[in-house]
Amino acid sequence: MHRVKQLYDWLDNRTGVRDHIREVLFENVPGGSRWRYVWGSTLTFALMIQFITGIFLWMGYAPSGQTAWESVYYIDYHMTGGHFLRGLHHWTAQVMTVLLVLHLMQVVIDGAYKAPREVNFWFGVILLKLTLALSLTGYLLPWDQKGFWATKVATDIMGGTPIIGEQLKLLVLGGADYGHHTLTRFFALHAGILPVSVIALTVGHIYLFRRHGITPKKPLKGSDEFFWPEQVLKDAVACLAVLVTVLILHFSFDGAHLDAPADPSTNYPARPDWYFLFLFQFLKYFPGHWEVLGAIVLPGIVMTLIFLMPIIGKSEKGHNFNLKLLFGILVFAGVLTYVAVNQDRNSLTYLNSKRKAYREAELVKEMAQKGIPPGGALALLQGPKLFSQHCASCHSYDGHNGLRNVDEIKFVNFESTELKSPPSQYRVDDVLKQIALEAGITLKELREWNEKRGKTKIELDDQILVPIKRDFSAPDLKGFASREYLTELLHPKRFTSPKFFGNTAHAKKSKMKGFLEDEFDGIDDDEALRKEMNQIIKALSAEAKLPSQTKMDLNDKADIQTGHELFEEIGCVDCHALGDWNADEYSAPDLTGYGSREWLMGIIDNPAHERFYGSKNDRMPAFGKDEKLTRKQMEQIVDWLRGQ
Amino acid sequence: MGLQSHLRLNIEPTYFMSTEDNFSDQESQPERSDRRGFIKEASCFIGAVVGAVPMTAGIRVLIDPISRKNSESEKAEFIRLAELTELQDGEPMKFAIVEDKSDKWSRYTDVPVGAVYLLKQDEKVIAYNTVCPHLGCFVDYRKIEKDFFCPCHDSQFSLDGKLTKGVSPRPMDELTVEIRNGVEVWVKFERFKSNTKEKIVI
Repeated sequence: MHRVKQLYDWLDNRTGVRDHIREVLFENVPGGSRWRYVWGSTLTFALMIQFITGIFLWMGYAPSGQTAWESVYYIDYHMTGGHFLRGLHHWTAQVMTVLLVLHLMQVVIDGAYKAPREVNFWFGVILLKLTLALSLTGYLLPWDQKGFWATKVATDIMGGTPIIGEQLKLLVLGGADYGHHTLTRFFALHAGILPVSVIALTVGHIYLFRRHGITPKKPLKGSDEFFWPEQVLKDAVACLAVLVTVLILHFSFDGAHLDAPADPSTNYPARPDWYFLFLFQFLKYFPGHWEVLGAIVLPGIVMTLIFLMPIIGKSEKGHNFNLKLLFGILVFAGVLTYVAVNQDRNSLTYLNSKRKAYREAELVKEMAQKGIPPGGALALLQGPKLFSQHCASCHSYDGHNGLRNVDEIKFVNFESTELKSPPSQYRVDDVLKQIALEAGITLKELREWNEKRGKTKIELDDQILVPIKRDFSAPDLKGFASREYLTELLHPKRFTSPKFFGNTAHAKKSKMKGFLEDEFDGIDDDEALRKEMNQIIKALSAEAKLPSQTKMDLNDKADIQTGHELFEEIGCVDCHALGDWNADEYSAPDLTGYGSREWLMGIIDNPAHERFYGSKNDRMPAFGKDEKLTRKQMEQIVDWLRGQ
Repeated sequence: MGLQSHLRLNIEPTYFMSTEDNFSDQESQPERSDRRGFIKEASCFIGAVVGAVPMTAGIRVLIDPISRKNSESEKAEFIRLAELTELQDGEPMKFAIVEDKSDKWSRYTDVPVGAVYLLKQDEKVIAYNTVCPHLGCFVDYRKIEKDFFCPCHDSQFSLDGKLTKGVSPRPMDELTVEIRNGVEVWVKFERFKSNTKEKIVI
């Protein structure tokens, strides 16, 4: 301790630091320390968290159209502690918004804006705006769907500003379209201009606060105290509470959600972050060119009124007006927020798009684990997106539509006939159980879901939300032509299961099923039969030259050779060609190069070509021949199916 | 003596951790001072905790490269670089190493990651990593002098890799070569730690 003291003395002798610390710590608190004085300190603390976490996030962030989402994804999912760091930054921002409102409320209620503190109040209002600007700019930086779409709405609103709107928008976006410079500009604002302004104003804010001192709340509770240590402890405890709140939020929401990468071609329900939701809702009441009234004029008037509060509040009447105004705004914003949330909760479009977006995000993050191509993560989704658009009306992929969608939420009337097998007794629980079963979710999930909409007790004639499973009529294509795929497909019992050809015309017409039953009946118990089948499968699968099987194909050359011979021996060649192809002689698809890039491109191009199903083609369109897909799009689907 | 005690008197009460006695109106009551002591300690403690959380969270991410095990660098594999007929006897030739590479989130296919010199002498082929063992500059081959020359700190190496002049701690880094099917030159491309006497693979 003595050493520390010596060092301190040494330092003070040269810098005069002691006086400054004394000045900070021994500020007079009239009437003693109180809990109501803590808000400013909690905000300073939240700001400090943002600066610290922000600078560390900065070290991993790369602002550009092809790296923003990718680098944020990497921070969150690959860097040690990255998930926590991002969560901390995200949730502190949310909490800070609440603290700002509390601070403002306390200032207005206590009349702390009155003379001679007007300037300090204005500093505070500007700080409030700057913080909101930080939230807005930060929301875009991950370049994910929700940030992208929310910002698009916000900047379009800005573009509607009279006279300067268009130019302002060009300036902010860095061009006519959203892209690299939108990100670099938003990042410069978010991590440079805005924080520096915030620091400058905060210094001014605290300086002015010190100059005028605390506005004591009358009646005083006790005798005067110094800031240190009583008020400091209260402030510290409040900061701790802020931190605990942030941590609880972080852990209960599992950090900050990262949506799928920004994609202007996918529909997404654009919503701003919750604290701007009331403004968003407000705009719904201003049709067409009246929009500018709701987006700019009215909020502008309200902001001006808030700015003028110190002047309005000179008289007792004015102060009361200010109080009413503030609470009016808060109640108004609260009601609008509630209406917005409630509308979404009951909107099928919103719920379905939200679920779709969530699954898409999960999918792309899983795909990104193997590394992201230089073109960015959006490229990863091109295959599945095209599949879901063009193929998934018939084909499934691992039971879903390529983008993890297995069902769609619908309102179902309890007594609806949509239930495939109505329960014997019309008791609520039975019906619910049956619905949940058919939808493939648990009863608990179903209940929770409807409870979220306020349906705590469900009556028989209620409409409830139910996910309805999609039906797929054509074969599942996950792992197409791989060994596992063929093992399942060529099983006598599976060939005509709904997963493969069960719902197609081939189930009844094709000879394949009968052939499999004749040749491979009892394959599950017959070792020799299974071995034969395995060799055929290896031979067939090798035709695909799947990247995931390169090594296996190389190792099993002997089996593949035997498989080829068996293909002929047991009579596959009676219908299917393999190797020496002559279209006229075969009635079933040619299996030369089966599952290869070229083969798949061919069948997508025209399945009714004599090389494939010919006249037996069941409903599959000729995507290439009829120009439903470009060659490039077909390649994207094929490469994704083949795991390339 | 007098001066010293005067100084001390000045220092004592203003030392900031213990100054309150000077300002407190009820300093003589031991109970009150206990409470104040507790409040001060609690304030400092809580302050330290709430400050440490964001700081630790940040530093954990910062030191991610250190805490991460070297899983990113994959095991070196042999790469086919040239055919024997392409090489001239006694004349080193430079070949770029083109590999798939992953960099943080990105996965690249076929990007240049380094280069090697291939030197055919009699029927033997020697391969050198083009990186200087000293501090990692790209070593040039000088046609006239018939040697390798590092343009950074002027190390010179003879064609058999030995240091002839300069500061490099070890000879040029030789790589394992395999001749496959009689004509194909395959090289195992590895990188080595710079500025050590021994060749250490990284």
